[in-house]
Amino acid sequence: MRFKDVFSIIGPSMIGPSSSHTAGAVRIGRVARELLGELPEEAEVVFYGSFAATYGGHGTDVAVVAGLLRFGTDDERIPDALREAAEAGMKVTFRTGAGAAVHPNTLSAELRAGERSCRMTGCSIGGGNIEVVEANGFDLRFTADYPTLIVFHGDRPGVLADMTRLLSAANVNIGCMDVDRKGRLGEAATAIETDGGIPGGVLAEIRKLRSVTGLSYIDLNGGAAR
Amino acid sequence: MRFRTLNELAEIAVRDGKPIFRVMLEDQAAESGRTAEREWEKMKQYYGIMKEAVKKGIASEGGSRSGLTGGDAKRAFEYARQADSSLGGDAGAAMAYALAVSEVNASMGRIVATPTAGSCGVIPGVFVSSQERFGWTDDHMVCGLFCAGAIGYVIANNSFISGAEGGCQAEIGSAIGMAAGALTELKGGNPAQVVHAVGLALKNTLGLICDPVAGLVEIPCIVRNGFGAVNALAAADMALAGVRSVIPSDEVIRVMLEVGSAMPDMHRETAKGGLAQTPTGRKIAERLAGTSGELKEGDNDD
Repeated sequence: MRFKDVFSIIGPSMIGPSSSHTAGAVRIGRVARELLGELPEEAEVVFYGSFAATYGGHGTDVAVVAGLLRFGTDDERIPDALREAAEAGMKVTFRTGAGAAVHPNTLSAELRAGERSCRMTGCSIGGGNIEVVEANGFDLRFTADYPTLIVFHGDRPGVLADMTRLLSAANVNIGCMDVDRKGRLGEAATAIETDGGIPGGVLAEIRKLRSVTGLSYIDLNGGAAR
Repeated sequence: MRFRTLNELAEIAVRDGKPIFRVMLEDQAAESGRTAEREWEKMKQYYGIMKEAVKKGIASEGGSRSGLTGGDAKRAFEYARQADSSLGGDAGAAMAYALAVSEVNASMGRIVATPTAGSCGVIPGVFVSSQERFGWTDDHMVCGLFCAGAIGYVIANNSFISGAEGGCQAEIGSAIGMAAGALTELKGGNPAQVVHAVGLALKNTLGLICDPVAGLVEIPCIVRNGFGAVNALAAADMALAGVRSVIPSDEVIRVMLEVGSAMPDMHRETAKGGLAQTPTGRKIAERLAGTSGELKEGDNDD
């Protein structure tokens, strides 16, 4: 089901004018920020489809930057996000992308902070709900409605078992999981959506696993489904 | 959730002898892992935001960020109180309140997406005006929001709720269907009548395109919220009177999916067609692009 609960229909509480172009864009920005793991120094945002056609009028540019600053969808500072970003030392550029997008409201973001960088593509599917469709070149799909663990790792036998064993030992229930790899025994990535928050200790143990090369933890709602 | 269709939703409600809002509340608590009381409080808080937006919008003479719209809610409200208003004070208030919340949205104020920001006026318009008229408590209104949410959940998962995917029928149409069904239940209608109200309402917006002038959620979005609130009242009255949606409501939702999927790109929120590309619509877009530096891409793609 694309829409999981009653608050994906009634809600979110948000600053206007558009749930797809404003609230959804804030949330996509937030996810990109959590994927990077820190405040970006540079961000390049590319708009596709309807986003490309109308982003200025809807404040989609302002909204995605608000998300990069970790603002919530109803934060009254959203209209001033570009100024706030400049003050925080973030350099942002916007482009429009040509070609068919996977969804009419799609944006991708490339972020950099020091040595770290990440790339993400997300779609705003209506009512402030989003679907991430790509992370660092992997076809990973998740909604960020739940606490979500993104692990980059080698494609080796037993890696998933090692991760899920650690989650199971912490009594964390997995609601949805998506795995993609660039090639057999090459680089791989896994997105794991869980019902409750994942304790920091468990995240640290997963990070230490032999084949794991990177880990991001995205929890937009502080531990439970929105 | 235990239901995927309106038919399944009504069957569960009838079998368990519960109103639709209670089925939704229980399933929501099971899905989120939080208590029903906590989910109730969250919804009640949302209702408070809706009432605030009505109050703010109805008193405002001010305009939107672009300066294109504003003050119409107040005008409509004052006119509706006069003896010669065609709608009369009650339906007129529903219309004016819906306009009010949409105007607050256009001015980058705080609203609750129901189901989207573009259609955020319909449910508050219907709910707040009905509450005043019938003397309902806030808790009664929260029941209505859970009922509306159940209806929207079915529509969203079987069709769509965003203008970019399915045109305005997906946004305003869904909001009217949700408001109509919820009002039917709030007034004592049974689950079958609730479902008929949804189908009756949706049939009246099938095919409605999304064509915002200059790409902004203002023209024609705001007035469509006002019309939407009145349509919801009409659909609820029809259902409560015993009028049936002969084409079952779940089948009407399928038609919305069919029509929206066939809708050209230019009529799905891109501002490349419809009212947005009329001579006046183009002129407005050009003027805004010239003065504010916004809308760099909105009006020059075809």
